[in-house]
Amino acid sequence: MATRVVVDPVTRIEGHLRIEAVVENGVITDAFSAGTMVRGLEKILMGRDPRDAWAITERVCGVCTTVHALASVRSVEDALGISVPPTAEIIRNIMLTTQYVQDHVVHFYHLHALDWVDIVNALKADPKKAAELAQSYSKWDKNTASYFTEVQDKIKAFAASGMGIFANGYWGHPAYKLPPEANLIAVAHYLDALQWQKEIVKIHAVFGGKNPHPNYLVGGVPCSINVNEVAAINMERLNLVSQLISQADEFVNEVYIPDLLTVASFYKDWAKYGGGLSNYLSYGEFPTNGYNHPEAFKYARGAVLNRDLSTVLPVNAKDQQEIKEYIAHSWYTYDGGNDVGLHPWAGETNIKYAGPTPPFESLEGFDKYSFLKTPRWKDNPMEVGPLARLLVSYAAGHADVKDTVGMVLGKLNVPVGALFSTLGRTAARGIDAALAMIWLKEFFGQLMDRVKINEVSTFNGEKWEPKSWPADAEGVGLVEAPRGALAHWIKIHNGAIDNYQLVVPTTWNGSPRDAKSQHSSFEAALIGTPVANLEQPVEIIRTIHSFDPCLACAVHLYDPQGRHLHQISFE
Amino acid sequence: MGDTIWQSMQKKGYSRRDFLQFCSAAAVVAGLGKSGAAQVVSAFEKKEKPAVLWMHFQECTCCSESFIRASHPIVADALLDVLSLNYTETLMAASGFQAEKSLNDTIQNNKGKYIVLVEGAVPTKDGGVYCMVGGKTAESILQTVAADAAAIVAWGSCASNGCVQAAKPNPTGATPISKLVNKPVINVPGCPPIADVMMSVVTHLLVLGQVPELDNQGRPKEFYGRRVHDTCYRRANYDAGLFVESFDDENARKGYCLYKMGCKGPVTYNACSVVRWNEGTSYPIQSGHGCIGCSEAGFWDNGPLYQHLTSFPGFGIESTADTIGTAVGVATLAGVAAHAVVTNIRKRSVIAEVHAEDQKES
Repeated sequence: MATRVVVDPVTRIEGHLRIEAVVENGVITDAFSAGTMVRGLEKILMGRDPRDAWAITERVCGVCTTVHALASVRSVEDALGISVPPTAEIIRNIMLTTQYVQDHVVHFYHLHALDWVDIVNALKADPKKAAELAQSYSKWDKNTASYFTEVQDKIKAFAASGMGIFANGYWGHPAYKLPPEANLIAVAHYLDALQWQKEIVKIHAVFGGKNPHPNYLVGGVPCSINVNEVAAINMERLNLVSQLISQADEFVNEVYIPDLLTVASFYKDWAKYGGGLSNYLSYGEFPTNGYNHPEAFKYARGAVLNRDLSTVLPVNAKDQQEIKEYIAHSWYTYDGGNDVGLHPWAGETNIKYAGPTPPFESLEGFDKYSFLKTPRWKDNPMEVGPLARLLVSYAAGHADVKDTVGMVLGKLNVPVGALFSTLGRTAARGIDAALAMIWLKEFFGQLMDRVKINEVSTFNGEKWEPKSWPADAEGVGLVEAPRGALAHWIKIHNGAIDNYQLVVPTTWNGSPRDAKSQHSSFEAALIGTPVANLEQPVEIIRTIHSFDPCLACAVHLYDPQGRHLHQISFE
Repeated sequence: MGDTIWQSMQKKGYSRRDFLQFCSAAAVVAGLGKSGAAQVVSAFEKKEKPAVLWMHFQECTCCSESFIRASHPIVADALLDVLSLNYTETLMAASGFQAEKSLNDTIQNNKGKYIVLVEGAVPTKDGGVYCMVGGKTAESILQTVAADAAAIVAWGSCASNGCVQAAKPNPTGATPISKLVNKPVINVPGCPPIADVMMSVVTHLLVLGQVPELDNQGRPKEFYGRRVHDTCYRRANYDAGLFVESFDDENARKGYCLYKMGCKGPVTYNACSVVRWNEGTSYPIQSGHGCIGCSEAGFWDNGPLYQHLTSFPGFGIESTADTIGTAVGVATLAGVAAHAVVTNIRKRSVIAEVHAEDQKES
């Protein structure tokens, strides 16, 4: 008998996601992923100064803060032919690698860990044994019996007083496999990570003034460097960044990665589930010789189809035949009909809510079921995210990526094929953070080298004034955000935004099926997954969390008049 | 039911001395000063950890992210010891109907005693279908949680003023919380608000059992009583007529005033230049970018970010939001140039020069 299991709200994500899964004989046979909030930011961008777009689009998401700002300034610079000074590019790389590291650590401990870690079971642990276990794989100096005792007492007291944010979890579910000591270690590090994450983001505050939502600038970065001035980036500021990087390095390599490997070693059966799609897309990231030279990026740009790691296919975001968005099962209409796909340049955003009137119990029977559109690359559904970019770079032969992937697979004693799974996705995020950490140190070293020779220009103002711009211009800003491939398309007319479109990672992964009934990543990954207890569908949550969904990013379109956005002018 | 703060600290192995130090720090955070510590000690000893519900509507989660950046107290201690956060979609373990159960149980068991923190605006157009959680509209959920709340805090500019989704043309009818509930709302604007400001507002409520003193926009005077401009360390450059003319120019590298680069500090009430961000690390102006005015109502429609204010109201540090009002930007101010901000001759001439340059350009 088929049962429809509804999970709404899906918590420990960004934004509003609803999952409905059809379970037959204990296995998911179909799934529906629905975004249930929309804000209309693209409409709000119309007619505004393109130099302001980074600030507006940065507010798409506060969890993936910085990434939309970066995509936005890149799109404007691409449209206007502005090249950014090398020192500014290094600072942007420092900002983004910092974001990778912070975001992935927070995802692992605060958004994902409780799917694998039973906090109540941690109360049964022997703190002495926990310390021995932790010290066997990590040099982190807080891994002591007295510290674990303190944490255990804290959780005991907390449990006695009602559990707060940990109330009503799936505690005691047989799917939790960690021994009590491993649970206790993970809970202790949950608290440590919460304390540590506020430190690393001070790097954003140094260069961007604040976090969340640091400041960006078309043409460079807003901060100036002057080692003989107290009111600029000077030695005190650089020393602070250096120290924060050292702390982050220790946390990633002595806490996050060892914990990830330990947890993963108890859940190797999850290398069988959640594989989903076989196609992977990456825009590539971390320019080392300018944004227009993707061949010199740390992560490669390209696509892999059918898990064929022998071939990387080229990706061109400006080719109108490559990336298209469909609305066959989304709450929108297209003038050309329900089944056509449109490149973002030609995008239409006529919203038409066609779901049940709230309050409702189920989306069953509704052909359209989400505020997310459905993007496709050459009509293929693509997975994006840390796993996708590792696979593309692996296939492209990037040595540092291959080495780190190989190291982690070796420690887990699993083949490359294990990556195509829920477990693989979660492991890939750790590998991604370890690589970002290596590159963060490298970029900071480059910054110091440039400071030493006084090559400190952080802004190219040649085309700052709108009167220096052509009447019409168009550009694309591509970013590999922590959650995957992110792109902003901009059209500028007479100094103002004439069209602005975003296609973001969770739109690729979390969208509804397309006109040909091809599933996107979330739905595809859920199908075939067993669910032991329909009342406690922890298996659904594990796979969905392995993508690190961000729904505020994914849904942002809306035009109440049902007009073509690219035809609207601002009064 | 929950322990008192002192009981939970005892269970953690804290000494009485640690506890008094904690209270003293909390008192400073709450604006009581060291002498207020005795009052705080008594408050923490008597009160059980209050139930708190954190609602998420049309938002980007930057307020949640900011809150977890708090440094005194750190958020782990706040979550375990200071308050009982029974619902927050960002951090809670439970999903789906177990999450809804946490919400409903808290309301049932704590009528009139729980605190509601709202992140996000509420879309009111078209029956509220633009934000739904668990198949219910954000608006209906807000009414349910607000009905029996002891206090309601609107986190950030979304819940306080609508923020980015309410910018023209406000496609979904995004509406601030205070316009939808029949109760006083404490507005804590900013995109996001500063972490330790958020923590302090919560602590103020919990420690004192009182609503902090608010201005006429519902903002705590404790943190929104002064303009960024009046407390900015670069203010002396403004007074002396020393301005950045272009990003990363010689003057930028000397840390001159960002007024000509569009800084909205003169019309923005916030604590950025005093409390600063991320445990006092910096604030936008210190890192070379003008204030974008993110804590002011309607700031997205107050003119382009890089166009400098033609003028702004107020005659110095004594002005407050109560006396002059805010949310004034480029467009609305074009006509009040005659009222320009002047406290000395030098500044008057500088402002005049800026206006003259402006007229040349346009």
